Amino acid sequence: MTTETQAPLVPNFDDDDTDRKIAFICSKGNLDMAYPALVLANAALGEGIETHLFFTFWGFDMITKSRMHDLKFSPVGNTAMHMPVGDIRIPQALAPLPGMQPMATKMIKDQIAALGVPEVPEFLDQIVASGGHLWACRMSADMNKLVEEDLYDGVEAIINASDFIEMTDGAQLLFI
Amino acid sequence: MPVTTINGREIHVDDEGFLTEFDEWDEDLAKILAANISVDLTDEHWTAIKLAREDYQAQGETPTIRRMASVGGVDTKKMFQLFPKKPAKKMSYIAGVPKPHGCV
Repeated sequence: MTTETQAPLVPNFDDDDTDRKIAFICSKGNLDMAYPALVLANAALGEGIETHLFFTFWGFDMITKSRMHDLKFSPVGNTAMHMPVGDIRIPQALAPLPGMQPMATKMIKDQIAALGVPEVPEFLDQIVASGGHLWACRMSADMNKLVEEDLYDGVEAIINASDFIEMTDGAQLLFI
Repeated sequence: MPVTTINGREIHVDDEGFLTEFDEWDEDLAKILAANISVDLTDEHWTAIKLAREDYQAQGETPTIRRMASVGGVDTKKMFQLFPKKPAKKMSYIAGVPKPHGCV
């Protein structure tokens, strides 16, 4: 008797494809602009890709110990800011009023938490635990008069622009 | 949906090879799935696999790496050790559940 054997269908996890490398330049310190790089970096790590995050200018707030827990979101200048339900836009004339920024910040934080997505410091913990590399910009550190002790512990070093360019040789780059 | 033969049994899978029928999975099958992707199963793997299946059954969705840590108590470093490079996908494959749906 002959038996036909068919090779089982096994997902291709591309384990040998190790040369892909991705780097994110985090240049913004608003709460909403902190998330795109964190979400994508986390996803890249989950795909086994070497991942670097470089924090520069306003993005420095994401890794500065005294500021990283308290990033804000402002509706000022953001015409895509809607009421919680429906398509009604918040008029730009109201956006700078006292109380709007805390309210908008709380709203966006609640929405993010409802999805089980961590706050920025805890998200960085997860990225570091997944093998991600965090780097701080030399010029930003000097401008803000900050040293390594002022920065989140997972930051590997303060590096200059040339170091970063050298390090990301062959990497895909995203400026956020 | 394709049907593939694993260990003499017909198993329903998606186009990539992930199981599509929760109840076609058993521990013997998991051992073969793990071997297919060169993962040697230890007690810690079984803990993660069972958690993933229980959570999938309860939530209707495969837990992400984040959820495995925050709800399941399997921390992220451990997940990368157990299922190198692509922990969520490899765990899902062995546990016979779909790939996680959420972003984080």
